[in-house]
Amino acid sequence: MLLTSFSDITYQLLEGFLVTFKIFFYSLIFSLPLGLIVTFGSMSKFKPLKVLIRGFIWIIRGTPLMLQVIVVFYGPGLWFNYPIKSRLIAVIIAFVINYACYFSEIYRSGIESISEGQKEAGQVLGMRKSQIFFQIIFPQVLKRIIPPISNEVMTLVKDTSLARVIALSEVIMIAQETVRMEGILWPLFYTGVFYLIFNGLLTIIFAKLEKKLDYYRG
Amino acid sequence: MAYLTVTNINKSFNNTKVLTNISFSVDKGQTLVIIGSSGSGKTTLLRCLNFLEKVDSGIVQIEEKTIIGDNYPLIDKDIRESRLHFGLVFQSFHLFPHCNILKNITLAPQLLLDKTKLTNEEKKQKLETITNDALQLLETVGLSDKINAYPYQLSGGQQQRVAIARALALNPEILCFDEPTSALDPELTNEVIKVINNLKSQNRTMIVVTHEMNFASKIADKVIFMAEGKIYETGTPNDIFKNPRSQNLISFLKNN
Repeated sequence: MLLTSFSDITYQLLEGFLVTFKIFFYSLIFSLPLGLIVTFGSMSKFKPLKVLIRGFIWIIRGTPLMLQVIVVFYGPGLWFNYPIKSRLIAVIIAFVINYACYFSEIYRSGIESISEGQKEAGQVLGMRKSQIFFQIIFPQVLKRIIPPISNEVMTLVKDTSLARVIALSEVIMIAQETVRMEGILWPLFYTGVFYLIFNGLLTIIFAKLEKKLDYYRG
Repeated sequence: MAYLTVTNINKSFNNTKVLTNISFSVDKGQTLVIIGSSGSGKTTLLRCLNFLEKVDSGIVQIEEKTIIGDNYPLIDKDIRESRLHFGLVFQSFHLFPHCNILKNITLAPQLLLDKTKLTNEEKKQKLETITNDALQLLETVGLSDKINAYPYQLSGGQQQRVAIARALALNPEILCFDEPTSALDPELTNEVIKVINNLKSQNRTMIVVTHEMNFASKIADKVIFMAEGKIYETGTPNDIFKNPRSQNLISFLKNN
C-alpha cells in the first residue's frame, strides 16, 4: 500500500517548486540590471576595463553553471574561512553572475544594432550621454532583445534544477527522492508539468510584451 | 560684418587630410550651398560645425562670439552648449522611431530644460510652451494632422519635414542640411525647395550640402565648390554655375 498519497506528494512537490521559483525570481531580478552594468564594462572605451570584463564573460560563459554553483558555495568557506550558510543564497549568487553575463551579451548585441545616426541625432540636439542612452537607444534596444531574453529566461527556469548539486531541495530533487522511496515514477512527470506550465505562462507574458512594443517599427 | 565666419579649418582622419584651410563666411539670412562630389569633404565640414567631428585647428565665429577657437570646448557640457548654435538635418533624417511625431520634436527641448531651479508650476508652464511651440512648428511644415503618427508611417518627404521641425525646435542660429534631396524621390525635390524657401523668408541662415546642381541653383545665395578637402571657388550662383574658373569645377559641372 502506498504510504504517501497524491495530495502528500503534491504538497512536497509544491514546497520544492517554491524553492525553484525563488531561485528563478531572485536570479532574474538581479541579473537583468547587473547585466546592463556588465554591458557598460564590456563596451567601455577604457581598454583595460573592457578586456577585464570580456575575459570575465568568457570564463563565465565558457564553464558549466554547475561548476560555478559549486565554487560559489564551497569557495568562500575553503579559501576565506567564511562559509556561506544558505545554500539558496549561494545558488542565487552563482545564477545572478552567470545570467548577468549572458544578458550582457544580449544587451550588447542590441545596442550595437542601433544605428550610429540615432546617437548623433541626440548629440546634435544637445542631449547628454545618459539621456541619449536611456531616452533614445535603450527603448529601441528593448524591443529588439525581447525574443533572445525570453529564450534565456526559459532556460533559466530549467537551469534551476542544477541547484541540487549542492543539495538544495528544488522540485526535481524532491521528486526523485519520492521515486526512490516509494518506487513510483509519476512524481517526475508531475514536475515536468510544473515546468511546462511555468514556461507556458512566461511565453504568454513575453508575447504580450512583444505586442506592447509593436506600436512602432525600426 | 558676416554672421558666420569660418577661418582655416583643418581636419585629418588617421593622417589623411580631409579638410585643408577651409575659410568662408555667411551673412544673416543667407543660404550657403556647398557643392562637390562625394569624398570632397563637404559632409565632414558640416559634421565639424555640429561637433560630430573635432576639428584639428581653425576658428568658427558667429557674430562676435567664438564657437570654435584655440580653446576648443573639450568638456562634454561645453560641447553640448556650443553645438546648439547649429542645427543639423541628416541625410537620412534619423528620426526617433519609438517616439511619435510630436515627441520627436519635444523630446530634446524637454530634456534640455533645467528642471532643478523651477517650481512645479513653472515646470508645467515651460513644458506646455514646448508642446505649443512644437505644434506651431508642425503646422508650418504642414504636418499638423500627423502629430500622433510614428515615423515609419510617414513618407520620406514628411519624415524630412519632421527632421527640420525637430532641428528648429531648439532655435539654432544656423541650420545645416546634409544632402537634403538624396534620400527622396526626385519629384520631391520641389517640395524641399519650397520648405527651404519658406525658411529663407523667415530670415533663417542656412548651410546646405548637395551635389545636385539644379537644386543648388534654386536655393543658393552663395555657393562654395569643394574638391579634395579644399575650397576651389566661392561666389554667387551666377559666378559658380555660369563662369566657372577652375578646371575641377568645370569638369564637375559637366558631369552633374
